[in-house]
Amino acid sequence: MPEKKFADGRRFEKFIGTLLRIGVMLSGAVAVLGGAVLFLGHSVALPRLERFAGEPHGLTSIPGILGSAFSLDGRGLIQFGLLVLIAVPLFRVAFSVVAFTLRRDWLYCAVTAAVLALLVGSLLWGR
Amino acid sequence: MTIELAGFLAIIAIVSSGAGLLGSLTGLGGGIIIIPFLTLALGIDIRYAIGASLVSVIATSSGAAAAYVREGFTNIRVAMFLEIATVSGALSGTAAAALLPPAAIAVLFGAVLLYSSYATVTGKKEEGAAAGPDRLASLLGMDGSYPLDGSEQSYHVRAVPAGMGLMALAGILSALLGIGSGALKVIAMDRFMKMPYKASAATSNFMIGVTAAASAGVYLHRGYIDPVLSLPVMLGVLAGSFAGSRILTRARTRVLRAVFAAAIALAGLEMICKGIAGRF
Repeated sequence: MPEKKFADGRRFEKFIGTLLRIGVMLSGAVAVLGGAVLFLGHSVALPRLERFAGEPHGLTSIPGILGSAFSLDGRGLIQFGLLVLIAVPLFRVAFSVVAFTLRRDWLYCAVTAAVLALLVGSLLWGR
Repeated sequence: MTIELAGFLAIIAIVSSGAGLLGSLTGLGGGIIIIPFLTLALGIDIRYAIGASLVSVIATSSGAAAAYVREGFTNIRVAMFLEIATVSGALSGTAAAALLPPAAIAVLFGAVLLYSSYATVTGKKEEGAAAGPDRLASLLGMDGSYPLDGSEQSYHVRAVPAGMGLMALAGILSALLGIGSGALKVIAMDRFMKMPYKASAATSNFMIGVTAAASAGVYLHRGYIDPVLSLPVMLGVLAGSFAGSRILTRARTRVLRAVFAAAIALAGLEMICKGIAGRF
């Protein structure tokens, strides 16, 4: 069973490590692109962060961020990069669910699935 | 781009890369440096600071985790099992964030850091003092191995319930204060669960990112995460943590412990002073 051997060894962990690195690089690249659009496009004032006002809707919800990013708004692109970064650990956990399933390790399959459910819930419905 | 904005972005990126380096070397995460810097030095509201710091915590963890996983230090089973406690703690923490005075928690956490710094310095135990097997940990298949001097060194894991309790606390503090709570996580695994230091540090580093992602998901919706502030923080920390993860696999444990003890003592004092001054 090649799948089982793959999931058992260090190779699967190395594969996950590579995916993690790609995810981080991707998020960084998207955020840098957003920064370039924002800072090189037109003059940007120093952000006023001394008093908390909260970010606008286009930068706080997943549909809002996707909308801002696809309209090539600089802040929206950076926020999309940050969203990808927040999702990296989530994918890491999701791949572990797959790995434990391939190993027929049902206890840890359930454990990681519970962690994944909590993460997905916070990202989609957290407030 | 104005000179002021360029300077603002540059100084944040530079401090963040230092925080990323130290955070990944010690398993602390950079939040303990970034939050005081953003709030005290730059006068930024703590909520924006917490948002940017959590992003940096995820960047630190994910940036270094790839290297740790390759080297084989991370104990995935221990991480996943304890993650139930840290993520639940983090979600409770985000709910409590609006209700509790963070100053009291900051002082308490500072005291815990000072104590653990003291314990790290006085405890002379090196990797050698291996623990015997434990029924619950064996049942959960947590015993692991890690590379030591070219061969695989196996170890037993102990005290799972105590570890779970500390991890829940670490999750709550992570969400409330916007830090990785790596210090508590390393203490839980190294001191209580008797895991080797390098395995504890690598596993903690991995867990930090998952815990912070749970809090960051909630805080993103609350508008704590500002893109212009978070960009230099994230890029700086990523650069620092990549460098840090290269050093960890070669550095000696004794040197690491000294760096770790000094770092958490400073962080503890800082948090107590800030908490008493009512700045949290």
